[in-house]
Amino acid sequence: MSSTTASRPAVPKAGGPGSAPRLRPTRGRRTPGRPRRSVLLTLVTGVVLLYSLVPLLWLVISATKTQAGLARSFGLWFDGDFALWENISRTFTYHDGVFVRWLLNTLLYVVAGAGGATFLAVLGGYALAKFDFPGKRAVFAVVIGAVAVPGTALAVPTFLMFSKMGLTDTPWAVIIPSLISPFGLYLMWVFATEAIPTELMEAARIDGASELRTFFQVALPLLAPGTVTVLLFTMVATWNNYFLPLIMLKDPDWYPLTLGLDSWNKQAATAGGEAVFNLVLTGSLLTVVPLIAAFLLLQKYWQSGLSAGSVKE
Amino acid sequence: MPKHTPRLLRGLGLVCALALGATACGGSDGDSAEEQVSPADIRTALKEGGTVTVWAWEPTLEQVAADFEKKYPKVDVKLVNAGTNNDEYKALQNAISAKKGVPDVAQVEYYALSQYALTKSVTDLAPYGADKLAGSYSPGPWNAVRSGDGVYGLPMDSGPMALFYNKKVFDAHRIAVPTTWDEYVEAARKLHKADPKAYITSDIGDAGLTTTLLWQAGSHPYKVDGTTVGIDFADAGAKKYTETWQKLIDEKLLAPVAGWSDDWYKGLGDGTIATLPIGAWMPANFASGVKDAAGDWRAAPLPQWAEGENAGAENGGSSLALPELGKNKALAYAFVEYANSGPGVQTRIKNGAFPATTKDLNSEAFQNTEFPYFGGQKANKIFAESAKNTSTDWSYLPYQVYANSVFNDTVGKAYVSGTPLSQGLQAWQDATVKYGTEQGFTVRK
Repeated sequence: MSSTTASRPAVPKAGGPGSAPRLRPTRGRRTPGRPRRSVLLTLVTGVVLLYSLVPLLWLVISATKTQAGLARSFGLWFDGDFALWENISRTFTYHDGVFVRWLLNTLLYVVAGAGGATFLAVLGGYALAKFDFPGKRAVFAVVIGAVAVPGTALAVPTFLMFSKMGLTDTPWAVIIPSLISPFGLYLMWVFATEAIPTELMEAARIDGASELRTFFQVALPLLAPGTVTVLLFTMVATWNNYFLPLIMLKDPDWYPLTLGLDSWNKQAATAGGEAVFNLVLTGSLLTVVPLIAAFLLLQKYWQSGLSAGSVKE
Repeated sequence: MPKHTPRLLRGLGLVCALALGATACGGSDGDSAEEQVSPADIRTALKEGGTVTVWAWEPTLEQVAADFEKKYPKVDVKLVNAGTNNDEYKALQNAISAKKGVPDVAQVEYYALSQYALTKSVTDLAPYGADKLAGSYSPGPWNAVRSGDGVYGLPMDSGPMALFYNKKVFDAHRIAVPTTWDEYVEAARKLHKADPKAYITSDIGDAGLTTTLLWQAGSHPYKVDGTTVGIDFADAGAKKYTETWQKLIDEKLLAPVAGWSDDWYKGLGDGTIATLPIGAWMPANFASGVKDAAGDWRAAPLPQWAEGENAGAENGGSSLALPELGKNKALAYAFVEYANSGPGVQTRIKNGAFPATTKDLNSEAFQNTEFPYFGGQKANKIFAESAKNTSTDWSYLPYQVYANSVFNDTVGKAYVSGTPLSQGLQAWQDATVKYGTEQGFTVRK
């Protein structure tokens, strides 16, 4: 996924020590007239498209089959029994409707975790990009270092810390670690450096706006494309998070969808357990729908260059 | 969905698991004088009530917990599925390390129990009266929950081995049901020749199956005496097993399908996996997972290593144990006894569990239960016979959970490359010897 690039030519400024790294605007080499067609490129893109769509297609087709139908039919074509509606209703009612509970849990973790992470990243990124203070370089080093540490490596220490605080097996154990997104902070920092002209902030200050008001009414609208990008990243990460809740949560009442579906999947490998592959697949399909919807809905906010023309250079 | 096996957690447990009696690992410090807990104490606990947190993945416990709460209104049983086998053990080990969130009752499989018993992380139930239940369980499971004079859990179910076979496939190819393993190999050849898509069974390396078959063959690979263990895969019993199974591997007579995968269920349904040597708890899984083949399958006694023998073995099965750091022990024990020795047993049998209690195994009603899935066959007769014929001189390693986790890296190679099975077992032996030594065991080869 490409990070957003400012289409506005960067204001040449002396890059003082500790100033955030700049994104250089990309200059697409567009030949005037009709774009050139490349057969090879079209083919490669087509293959990649297939590669990403076939699993989704398989999931959609599989969700229409019964448990028995899954075993007897070809994976990429429909079975005689079309059981999609029945599967959906069973998914929602199986085990006293625990799926609904998992869905709500996931929404809670995404709204609180990803929403909070985005808000913190915007605040921090703005501050780091637009204010000078001692120790900025150190902060930069820490953030870059944090981006390099995989979350999995932190999971066990985090677990031990949380269990000392008595927070394991509560929603907080999932929400609090999700609030920290070094990558989101870094992205916002870079984006804010490019997207908010310092002149605009100076203008706001001269007009007598307080720092808070400057942030909320001048900076925030300009940061929208970056904010949405970070929101999507953190949302996908929280929505798909498996490992963190796996070690933090033991009570199925607090499971997110990932863990819940996994526990249904494992039923098939349990003595006396019921094999419900059809519900696992239908549940998975229902689980990816909101993500796809979010992407489509937030698509339009992805355009950068909102600040173009706001100042005359 | 990505499945990460949190490998790094695996160390957590055993790092401290074997620092015997070390308080850092939540082991009880020193041997506190064992107090007898009288039935009256337990009754009082039930009257006072409280909460019992139970970690178990056994589905039949849901009904048992509900019944128990009805009978003792002041007791609240919180049944939590904290994952199946390894997942739960990791979680349990984490909770024990952190000394937080340890359940009052945990489901622990027989092969894993000795590890917890040795590190004193589960409670000895003898003072609660569990030692008086000795005669009421079948030999295999009872032997598995005992260690020295202690009883570290109550057997919940058992898995005496049987051979499930697809009668429709056998009839179609006119193959007789094998009674010895040699006949089994013959049947495998005949079947695969008649239908190249069909295999006698699927096996890509499964620690549970291998140890069970070694048990049946009279092999004693593991000798355990406290923290002294012997590991040896070269006795006569092991030879019988490797020679026979080697034929199946060499002639490509085993379907390369992982157990419990959807392909496996598919193969059981369409006749391409024609038999299944597995524990007696399997019928419930057949009924729910292989619906399309209802009526095709039958149970038969497990094939023998020599004509006229009559040896059984146990495969799988779990106990309910009381973690040392759990609370409310009298109450927790009351629930375990209700579920595994009291009225709960009947409830669980009704819902498809296979009991470990001799009284139920031998009862008329149980033996005469007809399985519609097996065309009305009274399969329990076969299972109960197998349970009775299981030798009790089998023991697992006190770190079998680890041993099983490296099975596929060692023995598993024999299934995919030219490594002979006996060498695979040797590699498994070396890996487990090395690990045991590292963990502070005295290991004799």
